[in-house]
Amino acid sequence: MNDLHSFLISPAEATQQHGPHDRIVMSSRVRLARNLRGLAFPGWAKKNERVKVLETVMPAVVSMPEMSDSFSEQMDNLAPADKQILVERHLISREHAAKSVGSGLVLNREESFCVMINEEDHLRMQALRPGFQLREAWTAIDRFDSSLEKKLDFAFDQELGYLTACPTNLGTGIRVSAMLHLPGCVLDEQINPIIQSVNKLGLAVRGLYGEGTEALGNVFQVSNQMTLGESETVIVERLEKVLAQIIEHEQNARERLLEKKAKIVLNHIGRAYGILANAHSISSKETMNLLSLLRLGVDMGLFPNTQRTLVDELFLVTQPAHLQRQVSDKLTAEERDLIRADMVRERLKSVARPVTKPNGGKAN
Amino acid sequence: MQCCVCKEKPATVHLTQIVGEKMQKLDMCEECAKSKGLNDPTSFAMADLMLGLGASQEIDAAAAGVQLKCPRCGFSQADFKKSGRLGCPECYKTFAEGLSGLLKSMHKGIRHIGKSPESMRKTRDSADRIKTLQTKLDKAIASEDYELCAKLSTEIKSLSGAAPSKVTR
Repeated sequence: MNDLHSFLISPAEATQQHGPHDRIVMSSRVRLARNLRGLAFPGWAKKNERVKVLETVMPAVVSMPEMSDSFSEQMDNLAPADKQILVERHLISREHAAKSVGSGLVLNREESFCVMINEEDHLRMQALRPGFQLREAWTAIDRFDSSLEKKLDFAFDQELGYLTACPTNLGTGIRVSAMLHLPGCVLDEQINPIIQSVNKLGLAVRGLYGEGTEALGNVFQVSNQMTLGESETVIVERLEKVLAQIIEHEQNARERLLEKKAKIVLNHIGRAYGILANAHSISSKETMNLLSLLRLGVDMGLFPNTQRTLVDELFLVTQPAHLQRQVSDKLTAEERDLIRADMVRERLKSVARPVTKPNGGKAN
Repeated sequence: MQCCVCKEKPATVHLTQIVGEKMQKLDMCEECAKSKGLNDPTSFAMADLMLGLGASQEIDAAAAGVQLKCPRCGFSQADFKKSGRLGCPECYKTFAEGLSGLLKSMHKGIRHIGKSPESMRKTRDSADRIKTLQTKLDKAIASEDYELCAKLSTEIKSLSGAAPSKVTR
């Protein structure tokens, strides 16, 4: 009996995963798109063809050494709420969560490898790492792919490379991405010029669940868009360079804010604490935006560093599906807002009010 | 501002994308945005949408009214227009002409550089060799160096003769 919830890393444990620069780079991800030769892509394949692909691909993926301890399931066997949990964990895409018969998922115990079967392509394999570890993620997924190609016949063309359902993924089929927490750039109003210059380099910037340009919780996802005509390592290295620059911008923005606009920053963080600690109804969106400020407060030394994991945990467990999971009755959005506020208030009881002079900062 | 898709409801979703030198803007109402898949941000790439739309035009132009269909999977241009995705790996051959312009506009180059499956690596290398040899041969023919011509064509023959056995398609 495969139980997703007993398999998944608990939110509290998940906050214990660390990586380089993880105050700013929350996670790194490299995914490769692959398809089987001679078979219709999932979006065009008939149900029985998709099932056939799933039956071929799933055992091959599960047999990989990286997947020796893994959770594998057909999407039609997962409840909508469970799929949503996987989306909130960034393990599968929303598109994949909408899939049913003929699609599947294989996830390893450490949640460092996750393969979506019959999403837009037959295979979307991803390596995930905490913090700034793009190169490590690429090396891991490269090795994974090299072993898997011995078991599966991937569609490949000498001129065009790996053939994908959408021409935007053609060639390497690679998407290198990182999730960045950039409250400093947002407060310092640097974010739009940064997004524009990153776009100019042919990279995409998206929100956590991006609507327009405003990213929820000041979380931005940066990734490559072009996949044909340059090698994987060139793409990874470009992302690395750009990320290093964004990290520097964010650090500078935070310093500048403390130096020049300390009151404004303290005001934002203090109010965020005030609302979260005292609200009786709060939406997921507002919670994330305010938690982002709390996280910034921890980074700036306004809260003890021990509260970091609490903030990170709340960031995850206040999202709709995670919240729903904690209660037995099916909740409406309004009911969720009440329960969310109760939970946040309760958890923040142990967190003292922010200090008014940041550690080592130059607040006046 | 009106939605540019349904031209009825007010636009509340605004997308701006810069492709190459061109800036493209889309203003849509929430419903149309949803129907275009914009309610799906984790898997959504603006480029997919934008380039998907452009792609169908490219293919239309290339085919000039003739309805191409993939012999392998039955996928047609109209289907591409709808989804922005292709039907099967073979479609890249079927629609090659229409796709080349599109690929140029969305990618760094139009020839794959980077990883290839191990089983393809030898053929890929020899394909490259054959290309260089062919260029040399053309030059040799032009300069009427028949000795070199003979040598080169034997080499090409041996390479292209060996290749098919390694191709697994």
